[in-house]
Amino acid sequence: MATEINDAVAGACLDAGGSALGMPQLCADWIPNQIFWLLITLAAIYFVMSRIALPRIASVLAERSGTITNDLAAAEDFKIKAKEAEATYQQALRDARAEADAIIAEAKASINSDLAVELAKADAQIAEKTAESEKAIAAIRESAMESVAVIANNTAKELVAVIGGNADAKTITAAVNAQMKG
Amino acid sequence: MVFHPLDQFIVKPLFGDGPVHWYTPTNVTLWMAIGLLCIVGLFVLGGRGRAIVPTRVQSIGELIYGFIYKMVEDVTGKDGVKYFPYIMTLFVFILFANYLALLPMSYSPTSMIAVTAVLGFGVFIAVTILGFVKNGASFLALFWMSDAPLVLRPIIAIIEVISYFVRPVSHSIRLAGNIMAGHAVIKVFAGFAALTLVSPVAILGITAIYGLEVLVAGIQAYVFTILTCVYLKDALHPHH
Repeated sequence: MATEINDAVAGACLDAGGSALGMPQLCADWIPNQIFWLLITLAAIYFVMSRIALPRIASVLAERSGTITNDLAAAEDFKIKAKEAEATYQQALRDARAEADAIIAEAKASINSDLAVELAKADAQIAEKTAESEKAIAAIRESAMESVAVIANNTAKELVAVIGGNADAKTITAAVNAQMKG
Repeated sequence: MVFHPLDQFIVKPLFGDGPVHWYTPTNVTLWMAIGLLCIVGLFVLGGRGRAIVPTRVQSIGELIYGFIYKMVEDVTGKDGVKYFPYIMTLFVFILFANYLALLPMSYSPTSMIAVTAVLGFGVFIAVTILGFVKNGASFLALFWMSDAPLVLRPIIAIIEVISYFVRPVSHSIRLAGNIMAGHAVIKVFAGFAALTLVSPVAILGITAIYGLEVLVAGIQAYVFTILTCVYLKDALHPHH
C-alpha cells in the first residue's frame, strides 16, 4: 500500500526511500515543470530588464557621461581663463617694469641737467671769487710795497740820524727808491 | 553508509507531496523566483536613486550592464546591440541561478539539463531564424569557406554543418554539466565528512571545491553569454 502511494506521488524517478533513481536531470516527469517555470521566469526577467532596469541604467550612464563631459569642458574653460589671466599679469608686470625704467632714466637725466647747471653756477661763482681774491691780493701787494717804501724811508732816516749824518728827506727818498728799483 | 549525492536535484512540489505536474509550484519555481527577486533588487531597487554618483548596489548593477553591453558590442558589432536585452536576460538569469545555488540547502535550476537545453536550443533556434531572416539563403555562406581550397570546401562544409548543429547541445550541456558536477562533488565530500577518520580532509575538500564552484558559477554564466554573442554574430554576419 505504502509503495503504491509513493509510486503515485513520485512517479518513476524516486525509489521507495524518496531518493533519486538515476539522474533527476533525466526524469521525464519533471521536465515540463522546469520548462514551464523557466519560461515564466525568463519572461519576467526580460520584462523587468527591458522595461525598467536597462533604460534606467542607460539614462543614468548617459547623464553621468554628459555631466563628466560638461565638467571637463568647464575645467578646460577655466584653464584657458587662468592662462589669459596669467598672460595679462605678465603683461602688466612688463609694462610696470618698462615704466619704472623710463621714470629712472628721466630722473637720471633731470638730475644730470640740474647738476650741470649747478656746477656751471658754482664754477662761475668760484671764478668770480678767485678774481676778487686776486684783485684783493694785488691790492694788498701794492699797499705792502708802498709800506715797504715808507718803512725803508723811515728806517733809512733813522739809520742816518743814528749814524750821525744829517740828510734831508728828499735825498733819502731818492736813494731808497733807487735802491728798491735795484 | 549510503550516499545520495544526486538527491539535491530532485524536483519537489512546494506544497504537499502530490505528483509534479507542469504547473505545480516546485522547488525549481521557488529558486527561480528568488533569483528573479534578487535581480529586481539589484537592477530595479538598487538603481532607484538614479544617482550621478552611484551607490554601491547601483554601481554593481551598472558594472554588470557595462560588462555585458561591451561584450555584445565588441562581439556582434553595432547592429547586435538591439539584442542586448535578451542577452542581458540570459546572463543575469544564469548568473543568479548559479550563485544562489551555492547557498546551502538551495536548489540549482541551471544544473538541470531541461533548463539549460531550453536556453541553449532557444538561442540556437532564435539565431538560426534570425540568420535566415536577415541574410536569406546567403546565410548558408556561413558553411562555405570561400578562402579554403576549392577541393576542401565541400568537406569543410559538412564539418561546419555538423558543428553548427552540435552547438546547442554543447552550449546547454556545458552549463548543466559544470554546475551539476560541482554540486555532486561537494555532496560526495560532505558524505565522507561523516566519517571521523577522513572528515578533516573531506571538509577541506568541500571548502576547496566550493571555492572552485564560486569561480565556475561566474565563468559558466560568462561563457554561455559570450557564446550566445558569437552565435548571434554568425547570424548577423555569416560571410567570413
